[in-house]
Amino acid sequence: MSYQWNWGVFLQPSASGDDTYLGWMLAGFKMTIALSLTAWVLALLLGALIGVLRTVPNKALAGFATGYVELFRNVPLLVQLFIWYFVLPELLPASIGDAYKQSNPMLQQFLASMVCLALFTSARVAEQVRSGINSLPKGQKNAGLALGFTLPQTYRFVMLPMAFRLVVPPLTSEFLNIFKNSAVCSTIGLMELAAQGRQLVDYTAQPYESFIAVTLSYIAINVVVMTLMHKFERRIAVPGYIGGK
Amino acid sequence: MIKIANVSKHYGDFKVLTDCTTRVSKGEVIVVCGPSGSGKSTLIKCVNGLEPFQSGEIIVDGTSVGDPKTNLSKLRARVGMVFQNFELFPHMSITENLAIAQTKVLKRGKDEAMDKGLKLLDRVGLKAHAHKFPGQLSGGQQQRVAIARALAMDPICMLFDEPTSALDPEMVNEVLDVMTELAQEGMTMMCVTHEMGFAKRVAHRVIFMDQGRIVEDDKKDVFFSNPRSERAQQFLAKILHH
Ligand SMILES: Nc1ncnc2c1ncn2[C@@H]1O[C@H](COP(=O)(O)OP(=O)(O)OP(=O)(O)O)[C@@H](O)[C@H]1O
Ligand SMILES: [Mg+2]
Repeated sequence: MSYQWNWGVFLQPSASGDDTYLGWMLAGFKMTIALSLTAWVLALLLGALIGVLRTVPNKALAGFATGYVELFRNVPLLVQLFIWYFVLPELLPASIGDAYKQSNPMLQQFLASMVCLALFTSARVAEQVRSGINSLPKGQKNAGLALGFTLPQTYRFVMLPMAFRLVVPPLTSEFLNIFKNSAVCSTIGLMELAAQGRQLVDYTAQPYESFIAVTLSYIAINVVVMTLMHKFERRIAVPGYIGGK
Repeated sequence: MIKIANVSKHYGDFKVLTDCTTRVSKGEVIVVCGPSGSGKSTLIKCVNGLEPFQSGEIIVDGTSVGDPKTNLSKLRARVGMVFQNFELFPHMSITENLAIAQTKVLKRGKDEAMDKGLKLLDRVGLKAHAHKFPGQLSGGQQQRVAIARALAMDPICMLFDEPTSALDPEMVNEVLDVMTELAQEGMTMMCVTHEMGFAKRVAHRVIFMDQGRIVEDDKKDVFFSNPRSERAQQFLAKILHH
């Protein structure tokens, strides 16, 4: 029983007729990219905000931020996804919930996936941002305040620019993670890269080609992200500054 | 200019400051010394509200620091402070370090702030380094920039917290020279330092602290010739024989 390799399979017209199997893979690839990038932008913004809140003197704000991080970091990603996709629409007021459920199913899958990945990742980003802020010398904050900056100004002009530089490497790995985690969204039917790969297997019975293509696609994303982030890191490097690992 | 009256501060049961009272008049130079952990840094940080205190009162140029209604940022913009570890902003060039608070806090124009910054940089002898970053300067040079940065805000008084104790010995004097010049120009200064040569040269009064208390608050000559407390005598003996 020997496996029949057939790399030509990608050029065959697909079962849906209007496309090739390569077209399916490309559609999945685009979906993965679109989902991961939008979720990442949201995760960065939210994570930065929550991470900052964890370090402020106001106990209520810091406590809220801590709760947020614990919640989204400790519930498994898959469970969060199911809650966003299956449970939350039921909890909405009936009129909004019904309208939502009648909208395009692909849109529903995409929105649930995006929100889920964004919030899950934002908790992890927040932890990195917090540790970046806390690793700054304590005197920096005092120096900012002593010059007459308000606390928000001190964060904006003094602490955050250095804190973000310090956390670019760990954030890069969170950025890579969000692409990998996006594969979980195939479980609610979102046709991203991994889902297209599996569908291809169902239709063509060429699992090796299919999953090699999927694997290479994820690796390609990895390489591009790492290259860009290293470039970015070099561009924002502070002259003469050592200690940022 | 600065009035400190019966100020006490504690962390839980631990008393950092106990009933501290003193004052600094306009144009006066005060040196604060004392053993490690005696509360010198805490006291000087109370003056511009970087450390809160539980009781007593501090008045700076007519403004009560402890009053919750006081706009502390506004007050701090007028009180210069220099730290042990310089605390320049590492991601900004020297000129940006000098200009940023002028533009963001005092709302000066960019050009005006740059001009002022460069003038002060020249004054501390570092004009040639304007475009470098803090990490590219020596400790002594960084501290001189930090002094220039504080001066750029046209402060009504200057606070120094051990400005030379993180420096290699050969760099101490370049910083002390800048401070001496400042003192001779009539700047009101409160300096935590163990540089007794500096104290002898420019201080009007010396405050000696121990265990959170102001043990000695004397005219310079009195302090160096015959300090009243035994603790200060011991301290002086140790530090002067160094
Ligand atoms: N956040 C804090 N919690 C508890 N104790 C503190 C805190 N900050 C400072 N202390 C204590 O307060 C005391 C006074 O500290 P401070 O820094 O004012 O001393 P110092 O005279 O400046 O000493 P040094 O010469 O070492 O700088 C020290 O014993 C220190 O351990
Ligand atoms: Mg100290």
